[in-house]
Amino acid sequence: MTDAPPTPRRTALDARHRALGATMTDFAGWDMPLRYGSERDEHTAVRTRAGLFDLSHMGEISLIGSQAGEALDHALVGRLSALAVGRARYTMICDDEGGILDDLIVYRLGDEEFLVVANASNAQVVLDALTERAAGFEATVRDDRDAYALIAVQGPESPGILGSLTDADLEGLKYYAGLPGTVAGVPAMIARTGYTGEDGFELFLAPDDAVRVWEALTEAGAPVGLVPCGLSCRDTLRLEAGMPLYGNELTTDTTPFDAGLGRVVKFDKPGDFVGRQALEAASREADTVSPRTLVGLVAEGRRVPRAGYAVVAADGSQIGQVTSGAPSPTLGKPIAMAYVDPEYAKPGTEGVSVDIRGTREPYEVVALPFYRRER
Amino acid sequence: MSNPQQLRYSKEHEWLSAADEDGVSTIGITEFAANALGDVVYVQLPDVGSAVTAGETCGELESTKSVSDLYSPVSGEVTEINEDVVNDPALVNSAPFEGGWLFKVRVTGEPEELLSADAYTAFAEN
Repeated sequence: MTDAPPTPRRTALDARHRALGATMTDFAGWDMPLRYGSERDEHTAVRTRAGLFDLSHMGEISLIGSQAGEALDHALVGRLSALAVGRARYTMICDDEGGILDDLIVYRLGDEEFLVVANASNAQVVLDALTERAAGFEATVRDDRDAYALIAVQGPESPGILGSLTDADLEGLKYYAGLPGTVAGVPAMIARTGYTGEDGFELFLAPDDAVRVWEALTEAGAPVGLVPCGLSCRDTLRLEAGMPLYGNELTTDTTPFDAGLGRVVKFDKPGDFVGRQALEAASREADTVSPRTLVGLVAEGRRVPRAGYAVVAADGSQIGQVTSGAPSPTLGKPIAMAYVDPEYAKPGTEGVSVDIRGTREPYEVVALPFYRRER
Repeated sequence: MSNPQQLRYSKEHEWLSAADEDGVSTIGITEFAANALGDVVYVQLPDVGSAVTAGETCGELESTKSVSDLYSPVSGEVTEINEDVVNDPALVNSAPFEGGWLFKVRVTGEPEELLSADAYTAFAEN
């Protein structure tokens, strides 16, 4: 394409979404489907049957070269050079102060090839940082944001649906692994990953093939109740599954240790990495002084906490802040994630409430996640 | 979507029925507004007996993604609230002009800018 991309940007599946009557929303500069009908029905479909998502707004960046793994070890907090070919890892990219620039999934596609998937809102930041940090390594950073459409099929019926359309060995494909194959006759990188708390797959494919694969999945999934799903239910699904969202639970003011995700930081990897010094200090501090802790809150009433609302103790003092909140379709009650002072973080702590626009509503402190699928 | 001809509408997307013999009108939100909100999960309605003022907030509508103020299209005294919709807020989505009505008001004053069905349809679609 020679024309400048329209604002907001539209995915290869845009016409499909409109034909399906989707309510569209601007998301990180992309015009994305928020929901097609009822977001609650879409949520339930993913928990009990299957849902189909267009995630083409996510940012794909390839690292290729004999030192691609070492470059990622330097650029990210994880040890990606140790990742086996065909496996994937959840990791983060931090700044010099240890603040989180983004959370990422990295796939190792070959000995000398990695695919980094960044959040749409941070894709440019991640691309710029990786380009800068890979300098000096035998590695090329390639902007592949326009090279891939991304379609996810999620839910307990997804192995059967995808299995009918692919030559890939899905039974042999583990959670957090990916392999090349074909779907509906077109080449795709098939990954067993997702952001819903369910079994499911993410398919990275050429944008020109997206409509064909979307329609094949729609047709194959119809008998078992697959429905198209928008970003609204994706948010309630990930919240029930206790998965952090960049911009809510994770920000540049948060280190992985603040977010309770210190395990993703691998201090024992060879060589230096960006943010090491600050993260070592954050790790030591987390060992001595507990930072505010990310907890789950479940409402006793029906009013919904929203990001930014204060969490308060019985005496009215603020002890934390809500980072994400929504009515949980699975629990049938409002739920929230919140950072709270450590003395209030224990599940079952009494007297905790959320200030919902001036009214204190009682909430129960629970361990995350709110929902775990049966395996 | 069709907006019933016998109702009048505010630019805040409420509908108002013609007053009955006691001067009481029923108020709800339109299908357009219900669709825009998404699944409604909680409604907070004004107390029975309280006074509401045209154009001012008198409650809240919460959906999965947002919370919106509920405005009263007219001034008057609240005579009844829809307990069914308090217990099952999804009625706002499934039957916005019928079982999903919100509250009733004995009208003492109304603004001049209430719209006819056709004028509201044109307004909402722009």
